[in-house]
Amino acid sequence: MNPMTLRTPSGYWNPIIWVIFLILFGLVAYLIYKAGNPKYRRDTDQVKPFLSGNLETDKEKIQVRASDIYWGFIEALKEYYGVLERMHTGDIRDYILWFVGMAAIITVILIGGI
Amino acid sequence: MNSVLVNLPFIVVAILLAIGFYTIGFKRNLIKIIIGVEILEGAVNMFIVALGYVKGGYAPIYTQAPSGAIENMVLPTPQALTLTSIVIGVAVTALMLAFAVNIYKTYGTLDVSKVRRLRG
Amino acid sequence: MMEHLPALIIAIPLLGAFAAPLFKRHHKAVSIWAILITGITLIVSLLLTREVLVKGILVYVFGAKSPTLVLPSGYKVPIRIMFEVDALGAFMAISATLMSFVGALYSYSHVAHESGLEKYYSLLLLLEVGILGMVLTGDLFNLFVFMEIAGISGAALVGFRSYRGEASEAGIKYLIISAVASLMVLFSVALLYGEYGNLNLAYIAKNIKFGVVDLIAFGLLFTSFAMKCGAVPMHYWVPDAYTEIPAGGNPPLLVATYANLYALFRVSFTLFTNIVINISRAGWIMVILGVLTMFIGVTMALVQKDVKRLMSYHAISQTGYMLLGVGVGLTVLHDPSKLMEFGRDAIAGGLFHVINHIIYKSLLLMTAGALFYVTGTRNLDNMGGLARKMPITTISFMIGAAAISGLPPFNGFASKLIIYETSYMLNPILTVFAMVTSILTLASFVKVFASAFLGPPLKKYENVKEVPKPMLIAMIILAALCVIFGLFPKIILDKLIYPAADALINYLQYHSWGGLA
Repeated sequence: MNPMTLRTPSGYWNPIIWVIFLILFGLVAYLIYKAGNPKYRRDTDQVKPFLSGNLETDKEKIQVRASDIYWGFIEALKEYYGVLERMHTGDIRDYILWFVGMAAIITVILIGGI
Repeated sequence: MNSVLVNLPFIVVAILLAIGFYTIGFKRNLIKIIIGVEILEGAVNMFIVALGYVKGGYAPIYTQAPSGAIENMVLPTPQALTLTSIVIGVAVTALMLAFAVNIYKTYGTLDVSKVRRLRG
Repeated sequence: MMEHLPALIIAIPLLGAFAAPLFKRHHKAVSIWAILITGITLIVSLLLTREVLVKGILVYVFGAKSPTLVLPSGYKVPIRIMFEVDALGAFMAISATLMSFVGALYSYSHVAHESGLEKYYSLLLLLEVGILGMVLTGDLFNLFVFMEIAGISGAALVGFRSYRGEASEAGIKYLIISAVASLMVLFSVALLYGEYGNLNLAYIAKNIKFGVVDLIAFGLLFTSFAMKCGAVPMHYWVPDAYTEIPAGGNPPLLVATYANLYALFRVSFTLFTNIVINISRAGWIMVILGVLTMFIGVTMALVQKDVKRLMSYHAISQTGYMLLGVGVGLTVLHDPSKLMEFGRDAIAGGLFHVINHIIYKSLLLMTAGALFYVTGTRNLDNMGGLARKMPITTISFMIGAAAISGLPPFNGFASKLIIYETSYMLNPILTVFAMVTSILTLASFVKVFASAFLGPPLKKYENVKEVPKPMLIAMIILAALCVIFGLFPKIILDKLIYPAADALINYLQYHSWGGLA
């Protein structure tokens, strides 16, 4: 096992042992799953969602679309994203101007101005 | 006055670099931006050629060289570099212009503040 | 035969590139030709790496009586163009050839319906030549030439779908960026030439002095390569170019980006390393750029709707890890105790992340290409429920997503672990940023997985099928590599990565052409 162990500056990492543990935990999880509710039947009415007696709407309409995922996260960081949006203009001239600015800053820092 | 004259090529190079970056950074027409890239390239090429000049040196061509010139020939590397760089520059310009033609066909404009469907 | 490998590795794809237009009316033949050539180049690069790892630095002088004749009798300076292959160059060469091979294999089906395929494969092979030249050369002007070859062919590949206006827009953006960057590289090469009268990287590095002109050249080289490897805030071209290139061209273009990262490392570690005081300053610039790059990259990725654009922003953010890892090593390069304590491991972690990232990001971009191939759109809003239709693509995507998020036991985990631990020793705040970035990466890939592969099956995709076999094989190769690199990180690190990291640290060996002079 030792040649497989990766020594990092303050620890070690052995993927093989990790995988063995993963399989063990997977087995435990499977046993718990097997001991689950025995009354469950596939493809019967019992697996349908219960919406207070209303009919289920079309699946395509209730799909969560990509733009709606993490809506809250983006809403909370609105100002940060506003700045980023103003940075990403998509204008080739800005690409070059950022380059010129960064070249100036990096050169000044390297020469020792700061 | 003399130091200005000696450094004249380098001053021109600096001015050309400034003009080139100004053209790329502030002009709206895509063709003008391509011209800006060309000016930059001219500046860099001129810089290399100016570096290769040695006062009192002879061109490194052995046939028809005056006697004594063999001891005093300049290294032809900068000229070779410039030639390579010019050839590469032509390829870059041709490709840039081809893209510009294509952009004009599909966008109907060469204004770079409008040619930005890819952003964000 | 073996001593000519550095020339052969350039010559074979170059022959392939210029022979490809001969197959004008035979689209299948040109694809097979490209796969064959890239396959042979892959074998050559493996042989080359074995040579380098056994014998040390390999020098190939073009036009000399013998390939190892650096200084002809009576000369004190090297005058010929030479290739100088050390473990780092060989390591990059393997990545380049492997990804070109996978890209060519993937392109076999992916671009089969496009016209002008002989030009496509010609450009693909030329891009490979450009990358290989950049990572193997030991001559500064040669570096510029190969950088331009890679830039031009890369830009032409980006604009390959010339019927799309967006492709031309991305192409001209990439071309102007790379033209300006390489002109500034040429300008600083000219500055160095004017000062030292030579173009050989090792010769200049040996004689470099502590002058303002040197530092201006360093600053220009540093910024140009940083722009071409997509460091924030000069990263804007990356999503444009990666999105519009056909997905088969993505792996080589990705490696072209990292060839510039290699040039950045080469310049900082080998060329300017004798400037003792300022090199740790350069290291800090690299570290700060790295942190900015990974954080801004990943937060921009989180809000994208275009699947390839999202993955391109992740490519930017992962570049930050490499800059961070190697930058940590650069800050302590002249401090032997710290270098032994964590600097060497930091460099190894950064370089390990390069190859890991090349593998899993190519895989992810190719799954995105597969999604585009079957649905005809890249907008995530219009996808859904594709997991049932495309099981192999889904599994490849899951492996790639797990690897990029740093989930064990895939390959991203090992390199990220090393980077976390070593950057913690330099400054704990860096590690915080790196870990937050990793979490946000996982979050945004959960978004892609949920919206493209999960969800109810959509009616408009009732008849879609799994993508053709060559695309699947290309994806399976990379997915398998993700798992192998993840399960045996120790072997890969010892055989490939630590020699490359030592090649960066032992710059004196590079300066003396591997002991030849």
